[in-house]
Amino acid sequence: MALLMKGNEAIAEAAIQAGCRLFYGYPITPSTEIPEYMAKKMKAVGGTYLQAESEIAAIYMVYGAGAVGERVMTGTSSPGFSLMQEGLSFLFAAEIPCVIVDVMRGGPGLGGLGPTQADYFQLTKGGGHGDYHAIVLAPFSVQEMVDLTKEAFDLADYYRNLVIIAADGILGQMMEPVEFPPVAGRKLEPKTWAASGAEGRPKNNVLSYYLTPELGEAENLRWGEKMSRIKETEQRFVEYEMEDADYAFVAFGTSSRITETAVDMLREEGIKVGLYRPVTLWPFPEKGLTARLNQIKGWMSIELSAGQMVDDVKLVVNGKAPVGFYGRQGGMTPEPEEVAAAFKAQLLGGE
Amino acid sequence: MKAIFTKTAGLSDRPFHYCPGCTHGIIHRLIGELLEEMNLIEHTIGVAPVGCSGFCENYFTCDMIGAAHGRAVAVATGAKRARPDRFIFTYQGDGDGASIGLAETMSAAARGEKITSIFVNNCIYGMTGGQMAPTSLVGQKTSTSPYGRDAATMGYPLDLPKVLTQIEGAVYVASVSVDSPQAIKDAKKVLRKAFQVQLDGLGYSFVSILSTCPTNWGVNPVEALEWLQTKMKPHFALGELKVPATEGGSEA
Amino acid sequence: MSSALTKYKFAGFGGQGVLFIGKVMAQAGMLSKQQVTWFPAYGPEMRGGTAHCSVVISTKRIGSPTVGKPDIAIVMNEASYHKFIDSVVPGGTLYVNSSMVPELPGREDIRIVRVSVNEIAHEMGEEKVANIVMLGVMQAITPTVADDVLEKALMELAGKKPELAALNARAFKAGQEYAKNLC
Repeated sequence: MALLMKGNEAIAEAAIQAGCRLFYGYPITPSTEIPEYMAKKMKAVGGTYLQAESEIAAIYMVYGAGAVGERVMTGTSSPGFSLMQEGLSFLFAAEIPCVIVDVMRGGPGLGGLGPTQADYFQLTKGGGHGDYHAIVLAPFSVQEMVDLTKEAFDLADYYRNLVIIAADGILGQMMEPVEFPPVAGRKLEPKTWAASGAEGRPKNNVLSYYLTPELGEAENLRWGEKMSRIKETEQRFVEYEMEDADYAFVAFGTSSRITETAVDMLREEGIKVGLYRPVTLWPFPEKGLTARLNQIKGWMSIELSAGQMVDDVKLVVNGKAPVGFYGRQGGMTPEPEEVAAAFKAQLLGGE
Repeated sequence: MKAIFTKTAGLSDRPFHYCPGCTHGIIHRLIGELLEEMNLIEHTIGVAPVGCSGFCENYFTCDMIGAAHGRAVAVATGAKRARPDRFIFTYQGDGDGASIGLAETMSAAARGEKITSIFVNNCIYGMTGGQMAPTSLVGQKTSTSPYGRDAATMGYPLDLPKVLTQIEGAVYVASVSVDSPQAIKDAKKVLRKAFQVQLDGLGYSFVSILSTCPTNWGVNPVEALEWLQTKMKPHFALGELKVPATEGGSEA
Repeated sequence: MSSALTKYKFAGFGGQGVLFIGKVMAQAGMLSKQQVTWFPAYGPEMRGGTAHCSVVISTKRIGSPTVGKPDIAIVMNEASYHKFIDSVVPGGTLYVNSSMVPELPGREDIRIVRVSVNEIAHEMGEEKVANIVMLGVMQAITPTVADDVLEKALMELAGKKPELAALNARAFKAGQEYAKNLC
């Protein structure tokens, strides 16, 4: 039986169903319903919601709970996500599994509260210091927010890596019908590494430093190997009308919904165009895109930003076809007509 | 033969990396002894800071988590809420607890977080090589106050334990030193009480320990103790500054 | 079921229950096995006491849940009237709460239905259900789901207390009846 639910609340409920019993956060629009839902529901399941004094404290509370081996989550929006960046780097180095939600809003600065995707670089290229990556999942519907949140906890535990769910103000605030089917989940190893109290075993340390450059390089190479493994096995994307397409849009999250409508409009005009929707922003799903390189005559990235993911599209397309871009910023969303017009202007020579 | 002195099971065999005359080693030993005496080693999660004591996980035989600079108390909060059955302590320097992590310290105190913070104040940044600390004394020369700390432009040393006494959730606040055998005994008593406050679930407990840094103060170990006694002590409130209501203290 | 995709805007000031009737509409769309989205104004848009939400009901997958140009709009106060009258698509319908909105310059290319829903609700003994009265009016004139489905949706979202459920049901019927006399 489907329920009508807000995206933010659906994420929170999915997290609880995934066994998350600890949520640390600081309220910020447009993600506030996540802490509110947790504050209301955690008690009944014997969990903890704690309002931190800042996003900095929140991410390190996540670090502490993750280090002792518990499933833990925080949720925030862009300025709060910026405050967490140092913590993300530490979480990666200490290999502490956790799930972080970024419900993106306008920036830079205090920006606005409208939906954007302008944290793409920060999400995928490492907003904190050092060579690291989070696994970044980008849902495009409330249902996918549920499915990917449940998946996120498994991915985090499986790889001992931080996982970020990248949503935006629209996805967070909107309601859609949603279901919570039981999920089998991955087979996971016990967390023998956790610093949970050394009862009947040698002591554990959970750390993020190394004392010598030699050790530092060895650690970075080991992490790099893990990143390669994730790149190899976890790329996800969904294709829409791509089978016979001559041209393709690339878009994720809210902009992919708008673009899907634009695809329908252009197809009605007889233009064979499709949509390639990354579900993992990191690893960027190069494989599926590469498989279409000989087919597609022109690509176009549609984003709620000045153009960030388009760089990754260009890296994969590598000059084999033109790559266009259209975006709106500051909390504005494009109409499908605008997307179609921009496509015609940039890739069809203004037909 | 009767053993009259043994190493504590709370500390590993690894030699300390601390400089000669530094009192971190003494403080480590007190904590290690208490973990052993209070039967806490297997039930403890310690949180290490960034700073000279940032490698203390090598010495304590309990599980340890290495925090980022200033975030030890937030990490400890996250761990304690996840495992309320565990004994959780932070070990922090003056920069960690009173400067970059001041918001975390005050907020954890305000929440009455059931953790124990051990705050080692030596009026200087040791790890980075002798820069000004939030607790550096007026007039004190450091590499970032080369003409002496000028109160007009650099302000005054922060007496953090004194401030914490004003916070309801901080139920046990003490400020001690380890500059003499008697002081060391007293410090251990105070630490034991702080640990017990957490075990009794009363709230946040905080112990400040005045400490030396001969290397960065530019003095020898003996002079360092004299400097602590004559220069530092007059500037910081000492003793048990706040005890739980059950001991006749203010209602917490 | 006139069209495959219908876009709604529900607007008023906080406390008039416009977000709620939007949810009822979305719930009804879901019960009709259609695709639905509900999207509220949030953040500073909500400050100053105005509230509004967008609802899309469609037989196909829905792109953006935001509604710039509604087919059907309900405005429960004067500020909302000014904000949204120009956005309604030509041929669309604007429902105006004439208890709160005076006679104002309108538009020739849309249908404007003026109903004093506050008075109707007041006569029923509870002015708070003016929003439900308006929902009944809208359902009678521009239905996109079956009557019984919308009623079911209303009961699912508002029917926890029996007396409240009965009041809502009566308000909905009152709106429908009033609208039939308009046609």
